Parts: sequence; structure tokens; C-alpha cells
Amino acid sequence: MSQRKFSLWRRVLWTAGALLAAWALDRIAAKAVNPYIYRILVLCGLNAILALSLNLVNGITGQFSIGHAGFMAVGAYTSAAFTVYAVPKLFGVDAAEGGLGAAFPLLCAILLGGACSAVAGFLVGLPSMRLRGDYLAIVTLGFGEIIRVVILNVEAVGGARGFAGVPHRTNLAWVLGGVLGTFVVIRHLMRSYHGRAFLAIREDEIAAESLGVPTTRYKVMAFVIAAFFAGAAGALFAHYTYLHTNSFTFMKSIEVIVMVVLGGMGSLTGSLLGATILTALPEALRFASSDRLIIYSILLIILMIVRPQGILGRGELSLRGLTRLWRRPRPAGTP
Amino acid sequence: MEAAAAGRDSMRAPPAPAVSAILALRGVTCMFGGLKAVSDLDLDLPPGILAGLIGPNGAGKTTVFNLITGVYTPTEGEIVFEGKPIQGRPTSAIARGGVARTFQSPRLFAELTCLDNVRIACHTHADARLLDSVLATQRSVDEEADILQRSDALLETFALSQYRDSLARSLPYGQQRRLEIARALAAEPRLLLLDEPAAGLNPQETETLMDLIRQAQEFYELTVLLIEHDMKVVMGICQRITVLDYGVKIAEGDPDRIRRDPAVIEAYLGEGP
Repeated sequence: MSQRKFSLWRRVLWTAGALLAAWALDRIAAKAVNPYIYRILVLCGLNAILALSLNLVNGITGQFSIGHAGFMAVGAYTSAAFTVYAVPKLFGVDAAEGGLGAAFPLLCAILLGGACSAVAGFLVGLPSMRLRGDYLAIVTLGFGEIIRVVILNVEAVGGARGFAGVPHRTNLAWVLGGVLGTFVVIRHLMRSYHGRAFLAIREDEIAAESLGVPTTRYKVMAFVIAAFFAGAAGALFAHYTYLHTNSFTFMKSIEVIVMVVLGGMGSLTGSLLGATILTALPEALRFASSDRLIIYSILLIILMIVRPQGILGRGELSLRGLTRLWRRPRPAGTP
Repeated sequence: MEAAAAGRDSMRAPPAPAVSAILALRGVTCMFGGLKAVSDLDLDLPPGILAGLIGPNGAGKTTVFNLITGVYTPTEGEIVFEGKPIQGRPTSAIARGGVARTFQSPRLFAELTCLDNVRIACHTHADARLLDSVLATQRSVDEEADILQRSDALLETFALSQYRDSLARSLPYGQQRRLEIARALAAEPRLLLLDEPAAGLNPQETETLMDLIRQAQEFYELTVLLIEHDMKVVMGICQRITVLDYGVKIAEGDPDRIRRDPAVIEAYLGEGP
């Protein structure tokens, strides 16, 4: 991988292929499964984006943030406000009607949501990244709650009634695109010296600093990147379902942390797995009606006793084992 | 014991003038509350020297390292590296400027492979932007290939190739020490600070390690300052020795002179004849 020549054309083809595949999957899913399953698939994807991005902070950089829902809320509300107030003026009323022409405004809304969230991440991260462990956790927790309470009191975005009138344009294709984008970005990062700097901070901050890694800068960087994707996930969420601050409580942050821990701290494919399992499991347990939360909790406890390092630990699920069968051996030194 | 190490060529010339020093400490004082950990210390290292810093426990040796690398900021005084004052600068900036160190007890990235331990230190001269890495552009790909090649070469030099993909924590202690030095060298320093490199090693391992340090010093044209408790090691390898006691420099000179210095003998080598 790292010794392969860079080819713009191959990149473009891959990206186009991936987007086409996401679109095709969406069409197939819309036809093949009922809306209930479809909805679970979308939520799996949203949670996967959240878990992947939080993993960058909690698993890879070794910091403990429990304010992820706050960043999601920033992205959700800024993008929703953009769609409701700015899009009709910028792109004409037609754009609000839907169709392919609505894709560009939605993309803008998602990027804007991510960007605003990243700015929030920077503002919170800059002063608080000098804190460690419990202290950082408390600051991020406080941030998440402050954001929620502030939004709850802004009448322009519906306040306590929730933000009505946001067109529901997110579908499975958008969410899959988001998951893929998040995954590829973090994966590429982890194969570069930037990614190794994050790992170095997790392992030993003093040693990392003594080897030329500006640790505070990288911690803030991890925080900002994670906030961007959380904001993007929030934007997708805002354009998918009813938008209310109740979706961004402290419990949402905890839920994402559990996904990261369950999948394996530091493992990207683990985060995908954790998000999928924890989104699907409560639904799969619906047959048990009122006992399902108890069963859910017991299953989590059992898993943490049996595999405290998470399902995948720090390893990654890969197709390499399979591809090795017919590919010639990889050149020595490829990651 | 000290006598056994006698007979090595020692540097008899007086210390080089301060202008050509790669590292110069001028009147450096470091206070922790009321405690003077280092007191009015002057130290000049001419380029290419292998110097030793010794002293009893608590003499302030590691504090000196922490001052040079910016972990602590001196209360008073000036630290000049290659003509530029570096006191008060962040540790990472000083490291990027060409100062690398090891720690008294190895601070390896325990849960990462040996290769990654070394590759992380290549951070000092990697300069692909974040966006290059995210998009895996040609620039980033080339740079990573270069880092990989240099890291593998270093592992080879330090006979650690067989542990390349093992986690650092799984290495035997002696190899961990070697890995830490290899990692420091990956940062391409011009000044290398070694904090008790031989601590916890048996005599044979110590000897091999010292040879390696000497070779590395010549090969990479390094200036080395090392803290050591093993007197045999210091006397055998160092061209010049500085002795600290209670944060004060009590002697400085070549090994022979240090061995005979009454103040040193009293403070460090024994209770006195």
C-alpha cells in the first residue's frame, strides 16, 4: 500500500465506485427490507460514524472524552438551521423540494455541520487538552450538557418543542458514504506519521514529547477531527428524523463510548462492529419486551468479563488473510 | 574498581572555548519551591565529545537533562544549543531542533511494535501535511516509505530486526534499552542525552551497549552526554566528566583527574581515605 504509486484516476474511480455501491445498496435495501429494518440500518451507520470518530480520541489518542453527543448536537442544529433558513435563499425553493438537486444543499449542510462542530471541538479542546483523565472527562461532559441546554433555549431552532420542518433527505446511501468517508480518513491517518503521533500520546506522553511530537497540538487535532465527524453524523441525523435535544443527552455519549469499548479501543473495524451490535441488539431483543434492557445489560457485562479488551482488542478485522491466498506476498514493510 | 579502568586515552586539552560549544549551560539554577535542585551550573560541550555526568543519588543529574530538554524551565540562567537559547521552549520543539534523550527507566511505547517505536521518532523531520496523509497523496506515501526504510536500517544496526513486529513490552530488558537508544537516534539528533543507559544490565550487556554507543557516536557524528552510576563505564568511555553533588558542580575534567579529585572522592566514590 505505502509503496504503490499514487494515481488520481484510480482514486476517482474508487470513490465513484464506492458512492455508486452505496446508492445501489440503498435502492436494494429500500426494496428488499421493511422500513423498520431500513431505519435500523441507517442508525447503525450513524452510530458507526460516531464510534469511529470517538475512537480517534478515546481509543487511539488515549484521552477520555464523554461529550460526543454535544458535538453531534452542534452539527445537527447548525446543519438543520442552514437547511431551513439558508437553503431556500441560496438555492431557491426548488432545492427544498427534494430530488437530485437537493443533494448538493444536503452535502453543504453536512459539511457545515461538521465544520461548526470542529470549531466547537477546537474551542473546547484548546484549553482542556492540558487536562488528563478524569478532569478532561468532566470538562467534556460539562460541554455536552451546556450545548444541549443552550440549544433547548434557542427559539429559532424550536427550543423545547424540537426543530420541526427540517426536510428528511438522509437515506442509507448518504449514511454509508459517511461511514466510508470517516473510515478511510482515519485509516489513512493511522498509516501516516500523524496517526502514529496519536498512538505515541496514548502510550507515553512524556516520551512522545521528547521525540518531537507536539502532544498538545496533536490532542487538539484528534479532538477537532473527531468533532468534525460527530458533527457530520449529527447533520445526517437531523435530516433523517425528528430533531430534538433529547437525542443528544449524556446517555448518547455513554452509548457511543460503550460501542468503542465493546468493539475494542483503538480498533477501527471494532468500532464498526460495536456500533452495529449495540444498535441492533436492543431491537433483536424486542421479543423479551420489558426484560430486554436487563438482558441487554447482562450481555454487556458478560462480554466485558469474557473479553475486557473488547471484541477485537486492538486488532483489525481484515480481508488480508483471504487476499493473501491468491496475491503474491506483500513486499516487506507494508503496514 | 576505578583503577581497573585506567589507562584509556583521555582528553588532556583544556575544555574548548565556549563559542564552539554545541551545548552551553550558563549559570543555570533550578528551584523546586525552596529546594535548589541545580545551582548555578555552567557546562560546555564541544561538538563530537562523549561526556559524562555523574554524582550521588539526588545530585540533580536527571534534573539537568530535564532542563536541557525543556521538561523544566530553569529558574535562572541560560541554555544555549548550537548558538540559540532554548530555555523555555517546548520539549517537542527542542527535540525537533536536534536534542534526543533516553530515560532512566525505559519509556518505550509498550503496546506498539518495535518498528512503530522507531517510526514515531521519525516525526522530527516528517513534514507531510495532515491533508496529504488523509488523502494519502504521493508526497505522504513517499515520506512514509522513506521513514520505513530508515527505521528498518536503524533496527538492523541495533540488531533488533528480529523483534521488528513484536510489541516493545515483550522485549527482554537489555533489548528494551537498545530499542530506546535506536528510537532516540531515529529522531536524528546532534546531541544525544543518555540517562543511565547501562542501568539494570549485566557487565557483558553493558560492554556491548557501550561499544554500540561509541560506534553510533562516531557514525552519526553525535555529541553525547551520559549519566551513569557504573563508574567503570563512565571512566572507560567518557572523554570528559562533570561531577554534581547537591546540584553543584564540584569537579570537571578527564577521567584521570576526576578519579584523583579529593572532592569527588569524598562526595561520591567513598567516605574518604
